[in-house]
Amino acid sequence: MTPAGPRKVAAYLGALAGLSLTLAACSSGSDPASYPDDDIEVVVPFAAGGPTDTVTRMIAEPMAEELGVQLVVQNVEGAGGTVGAGQVATEDPDGYTVLMHHIGMSTAPALYGEDLAYDPVEDFRTVGLVTEVPMTIIARSDFEPDTFEDFVSYVQENESEVTMATAGEGAASDLCGRLLTSAIGVEVTVVPYDGTGPAMEDLVGRQVDFMCDQTTNTTGQITEGTVKAYAVTTPERIESLPDLPTTAESGQPDVEVSVWHGLYVPAETPDEVVEQLTSALQTALADQSVIDQMAELGTTPVEADRATPEAHTELLTEQIATWSDVIGSQGG
Amino acid sequence: MDLLDNLALGFSEALAVHNVLFCLLGVALGTAVGVLPGIGPTASIALLLPLTFGFDDPVSAIIMLAGIYYGAQYGGSTTAILLNIPGESSSAVTAIDGHPMARQGRAGVALAAAALGSFFAGIVGTFVLAAAAGPLAAAALTFGSAEMFAVVVLGLVASIALASGSALKALAMIVLGILLGTIGQDLYTAVPRFTFGVRELWDGLSFVSVAVAVFGIAEILKNLHDPRTRVRVAAKVENLWPTREDRRRMVGPVLRATGLGSVLGVLPGGGHVLAAYGAYAVEKRVSRRPQEFGRGAIEGVTGPESANNAAAQTSFVPLLALGLPAHPVMALLLSALIIQGIQPGPGVMTAQPELVWGLIASMFIGNLLLVVLNLPLIRMWVKLLDVPYSVMFPAIIAFACIGTYAIDQNPFHVLVMAVLGVGGFVLVRCGCEPAPLLLGFVLGPLLENHLRRALLISHGDPTVFVTRPISGVLLGLAVVALVIAVLPMIRRKRDVVFAEED
Repeated sequence: MTPAGPRKVAAYLGALAGLSLTLAACSSGSDPASYPDDDIEVVVPFAAGGPTDTVTRMIAEPMAEELGVQLVVQNVEGAGGTVGAGQVATEDPDGYTVLMHHIGMSTAPALYGEDLAYDPVEDFRTVGLVTEVPMTIIARSDFEPDTFEDFVSYVQENESEVTMATAGEGAASDLCGRLLTSAIGVEVTVVPYDGTGPAMEDLVGRQVDFMCDQTTNTTGQITEGTVKAYAVTTPERIESLPDLPTTAESGQPDVEVSVWHGLYVPAETPDEVVEQLTSALQTALADQSVIDQMAELGTTPVEADRATPEAHTELLTEQIATWSDVIGSQGG
Repeated sequence: MDLLDNLALGFSEALAVHNVLFCLLGVALGTAVGVLPGIGPTASIALLLPLTFGFDDPVSAIIMLAGIYYGAQYGGSTTAILLNIPGESSSAVTAIDGHPMARQGRAGVALAAAALGSFFAGIVGTFVLAAAAGPLAAAALTFGSAEMFAVVVLGLVASIALASGSALKALAMIVLGILLGTIGQDLYTAVPRFTFGVRELWDGLSFVSVAVAVFGIAEILKNLHDPRTRVRVAAKVENLWPTREDRRRMVGPVLRATGLGSVLGVLPGGGHVLAAYGAYAVEKRVSRRPQEFGRGAIEGVTGPESANNAAAQTSFVPLLALGLPAHPVMALLLSALIIQGIQPGPGVMTAQPELVWGLIASMFIGNLLLVVLNLPLIRMWVKLLDVPYSVMFPAIIAFACIGTYAIDQNPFHVLVMAVLGVGGFVLVRCGCEPAPLLLGFVLGPLLENHLRRALLISHGDPTVFVTRPISGVLLGLAVVALVIAVLPMIRRKRDVVFAEED
């Protein structure tokens, strides 16, 4: 990591004073041969400080170094990430506006149907997969069941009593919760919160029963024992929580879900530009500091062969089909 | 003693030359951010976050980012007092009495009162954070949605005091504010409400558009409509510094508001938002001169400003003691820590004592820097009022447009501001005040969310609000407050009736 140069400081101070307004206008270099010759805007369709934002900022720095220009993170929140994605879909396809989106990219068609202003496959080109964050199933510290098996049978017997926290409709915790409850065949009371922070606060405060959320949010609380952890939703156990069994080990192989994050550009973006972005992404994912930072959060960057447009398009299409089944079966 | 050892460790970190400079940079940026409407602390911290990746020392990063947050609480009062444009939700309350003070030529006094109150409250709030973060955080966790609902109800009932005129009109404005607050996607069902097919309304109206419109724009329209109110404010600037009488009147409010703000700041789910409104209501209730509120009472400036700063400091409690971010700014600070390779969680305080205590110590330094930075600026700010209206009005409107556009670079917010500005003017002409409207707008969503969440968790059983002890007591207090508020009104009416009979 290099110390911030004075030019960079000046750039940010300028942006703070409102000059950021002109950034979009300045990014006019439309010649793919000279790409990139200006700052690249990375749109994160969720709140600053959230897990997707954190992942974006982790890779933005090494990608910027590789591309030789700044990557400016813009948080365009709202409507389960569809506002930010919709905005990028209509931007100039010149590679100066990039979208970082999570699993919600594939669930939006099922969740929003006709209301969705864009098509996640037709209106975008994929740059590549970034990371797959495992999910953990956790509960308030005094929740009765002690193992995942007990948990499943407890919830099945007491489904009318049990409450499940989520970070809001369409959030990762909501999706994992839907998958889990449909796999074990229960309908619990869903308690949505305005983001992960408040949801976690009420879980630690023992106001709600359980939640399924990303390791980025839960690892610290699990290791300190302020919440009870039952299982991790990946095929293998994870390094940061080696004692936590997988859902498959505990007899629920269907509950396998991770929050994947991917990079996208508007559909008409030229091949040369996408190639450059993909190669910068692959370099960033191999960066030791990125690997270390992600390890702190209980996740890892994906292998280079998955951080490609082809592999990611395949994942995206497959996931859209999966989620349209899960969400469709629950009536949206 | 542990606390002293910890503070010594903290100061050894925070007093390092580079950390003092980062602290200064943070609070100076925070002040600027507070002054500019539209650019809130969340946006600016998000913008500056990448800058901190290059820092070798995570303490420096967190010191600077935290400085932006609490520095913004200082700066927010400046435009509220001078121009009646509140930049942050908490400073909307400051405008109620701060702006009338400015119109009476007491802008300097109001700014100084705000700065001094903030300084005291900031220091005390930091001390509370240092001494009792652990136990406070544990206590805050017993506050579920039922309790938060009760707190908000108590706040709303007490806030009828926000109005200086008719209580009925104030109530109507609160309800209108609550209705405006329901615009947008419903948190529980994701159904868009009152959006009339306008995509931009899915996320609701932004606070800045509403506040700038009903305070700033409506005020300008009022002045243009009635030239007699267009007095040259600066023509009769009396003094810049609070008089002995002013200082005497500031002591009580500062002490009470600091206590109230410290407590509210710790609460989960938006407690800090209530601090300024709550403090104003308390001050008006205990004052022997309630009739001066809304017309330039210095208590109405010092109270909310102190409460708001105390709350800004104590809202770090859940983050530092439990690793839980209570609001978006805290989530950003958490993310800064993650990127610096620090695992957030309840163990941060023991695993990273130099970070936590360095941050706490830097808050003492930051608050001192803020008051040193802000007091000399008052002279300059007051000069701003010399600008003739023919220049000032267009400048304020331009400033307001940039601010609302900057929320997320969408001209839609400017349109909202224009429409609401005209609406606000109509309301002012009808003798309705903007403050209760804004209160309803800010607290309405909290009220609804906590009510519905408490009922969800109780599986629809409404008795939770009275059977849970804390919530029961708070709702009881709300009933008492309501009776106290209504009784004098009834008695006065009776007196009037009797007077007419005589």
